[in-house]
Order: sequence, then C-alpha cells, then structure tokens
Amino acid sequence: MTAEDVIMKPGTARQYHTGSWRSRRPEVDKDKCINCLFCWMFCPDNSILVEGGEMKGIRYTHCKGCGICARQCPKDAITMVEEGEQ
Amino acid sequence: MKRLAMNGDQAVALSWKQIDPDVVSSYPITPQTIIVETYAEYVANGEVDTEYICSESEHSSMSMCIGASAAGARAATATASAGLAYMWEMLYIAASMRLPVVMTVANRALSGPINIHCDHSDAMGARDSGWIQIYAENVQEAYDNSIMSFRIAENMGVRLPVMNCLDGFIVTHAIESMEPLEDDVVRKFVGDFKAIHPLLDVRAPHSFGPFDMPDYYYEHKYNQQMAMMNALDVIRQVSDDYAKISGRKYDLLECYRCEDADYVAIALGSTAGTMKQVVDDLRAEGHKVGSVKLRLFRPFPFQDVAKVLDGRKGVAVLDRALSFGAAGPLFADVRSAMFDNGSRSPAVNYIYGLGGRDVGVEDLKRVFLDLENGTAETVNYLGVKL
Repeated sequence: MTAEDVIMKPGTARQYHTGSWRSRRPEVDKDKCINCLFCWMFCPDNSILVEGGEMKGIRYTHCKGCGICARQCPKDAITMVEEGEQ
Repeated sequence: MKRLAMNGDQAVALSWKQIDPDVVSSYPITPQTIIVETYAEYVANGEVDTEYICSESEHSSMSMCIGASAAGARAATATASAGLAYMWEMLYIAASMRLPVVMTVANRALSGPINIHCDHSDAMGARDSGWIQIYAENVQEAYDNSIMSFRIAENMGVRLPVMNCLDGFIVTHAIESMEPLEDDVVRKFVGDFKAIHPLLDVRAPHSFGPFDMPDYYYEHKYNQQMAMMNALDVIRQVSDDYAKISGRKYDLLECYRCEDADYVAIALGSTAGTMKQVVDDLRAEGHKVGSVKLRLFRPFPFQDVAKVLDGRKGVAVLDRALSFGAAGPLFADVRSAMFDNGSRSPAVNYIYGLGGRDVGVEDLKRVFLDLENGTAETVNYLGVKL
C-alpha cells in the first residue's frame, strides 16, 4: 500500500479470490456445449477457462456467480446452482 | 519588474504563463473565463509549451488534470460556481490520489436562483473534498497565491491539490495595480515538477485509483488528513521563501491593528480589505477595533486563529456562505478554534454578501458597533431586506 493508493505491481487482482463472494455457481454441461465461446467473451471476470479453442470450465477462484455466462449461452449448457446444493 | 494594471483573472493567467504548466484543461465559466481565454492566447502565440485541452465539461476538465498529473505532468485549471459543483466527484479523486493539481476558483454563488456574482458557497461546498484552500484579498494576492499554490501542492510532504480562491468580479474583474515577478524568478521558485510513480513509466507498470476495501480505505483517508496537517508548516515555509523573492510577506492569517483591539472581525477574501478601511475609520473615532484576514481555510489554522482572537471582548465572524439550518462555515471553525482558549471570546456570525450583494464600509461599521453595543444576535444576516 502506498499513501496514494497506488498498486506498484501489475496483475495483483489474480491474488484476490473474488470467488468467495459467490452465492450461485455456474455449472457446465459439456454434452450441450458447442464451444462458441460466448461465455468467454461475456464473462466480466475472465473466469472462463479456454484451451485450444475449447471451453474447459469455470475458474471458481474468481467467478462471482453473476450468471451472465448462463444467460448468454445459446445452448443452455450453463446452469446456475445455489452454493451448498448439488 | 515594473508595475502593471490588470485584473485578477489576467494576473492568474500571467502566473501560469511564467510557470508554463505541462497541461492546462479549460472549460469557460463566468467569472473565471478570462483566465482560460488569456491563457489560450499565450498558447496561440507560442509563448508557452503547455498542452492546452478544451474539455466538454468541468467534470472532464478535472478528469484531464487528474490523468495528466498521474501521468507525471504539472496540471492546472480554473472554474467557478456550478463548474466547481460539476467537478464534485473528481475533486475528491484528485485529493485522494494525492495529485498536486492547481485550480483557481473565481468564487461565485451557486444556483439557484441562478446568479453569477461573488460569494463563497462554491468553495465552501468543496470544503471537505481534501483540497487546500487559499483566499486572496486582491489582484496582487491572487497572483502571488497562484505561484505559491504550485510549490505547496508539489511539496513531498503534502502532495495535495490546491484551490486558489479569488472573489468573483470583485477581484477577478477589477483592474488594480500589481507587481509581477520576472519570469525566470518564478520558474526557479516553482522548480521542476517531480512526479511520483508516473503512470507513463511503462517499465514499472502500476495501477492508480484501484478499489479500496474497508481494510485500507480508512488508512488512506488518515494519510490525507496527515498531509493536510503537514501543509500548515509547508505553507508557512513557502510563504517565507516567497517573501525572499518578492518582498511580500504572507502568513496563514493577517492581523490588522489587532494588538490592543477589544473587538475583532475575521473574514476571507476581498472583504478583509474593506475591513481595514473600516478599522482605520473607527480607530480615528477612538474605537478599539481590529480585523483579521484569514488566508488559509483548509487546512484550518486552528491554533493561529485561537491565538489572535484570545482575550477579546467580542469577535465577529463574517461568512460569505451559509450552511442552511446551521450558520456560516467559517463561524463553525472559528468558534471551535476558540473553545480551547482560556477566555473564550464571545463570538457572533454575520452572513453577508450572498449572490454578490455589495458590502460597503457602512455595513461593516455596523458590525463593529453591534459588537461594542452587544446588540448582535448569534447569527446575523447583514443587510438582508426583510
């Protein structure tokens, strides 16, 4: 911390696990997923894991559970589940 | 340097020309407009190297100063009244990011009813934004304070934005004889701008203005408060240094014939000048009166104010602004400052000059006579038509 509230290193947001804020979590049904990556484009928290052009899941350490991915998914492959429920 | 005839706005623009800030953002508003117009001429004539930005609003104008200052530039702007109100959000951000932006405020009443003339309600509304506030009595002080503002803001123990306040029309538009300094003297006095963590240093990337949670926000606010308190001594030091180059000695406040005065009035800005005349007139008639001009409103020099007002039979605090439902903002601080004094001089408040209502020698004479006769209320509305 500096007196001016300047963060002296880049990329420190990674250390801050906003996933703890979440009350609902997105769950992916990969059988329905067509890898259109709409979820990746719309996610405001960079929490969609992508490898080799394929959607590979959710980065739960940082996903706040906003549900935008579930809303945007054209195949309804993502559902929001209450935390604490299966 | 030879004396010049100019108004307060031109004097501020001249001081900027001599300092040649890296960035000036501008949005016109009466009675400040002459400053940015005059400066635009300097830019057009190639007399300065400043990046001059015409903004689409005062909110943007302050944002540009914030961005420029964070990037490592010396930045200045000017505004008044509704323009200052429109900067509201950004005023706090400039202060909390500890950016030494310098802004001249040509004090003007806030709407409504809409009014372009002088009172202090604009700057008083920004009282708690974290800006240092200095008030000028006349054109010479507007110029001198403008130059000192940069040194104060940029001091490493302060690093806070400074508001250089001058009374709308009374100081901004009245032409007075004033004596500027030589360009090189001003430039040397102000010195080079020293950036802290400049945003444009791409080899050391860092984030300005990030989200601050409850675990650190309070500490940042505390740091701001400490910087403000540091500013008291820094302003004294800068004023002393300025006296060496100008011969004009300023303190946080100026006492006029106070030594043996039983009754003292205190005010900000141009009215403090009128008060000197009133004090002279009343002294000639045998009244033991004196006056105090407060130059600095934030940080508030509590100890200095308490000291000069101690042991008086009566103190009148003149406010050119009103906190509706309470009294004048200056009164609140002055009376608070005196609370720890042994004598606690009886103090009354005069609200005066709202929306540019003229306040002359006769009006102020009445203030002193009310004090002497004990006929003043706790809060008085000088010259209001009922």
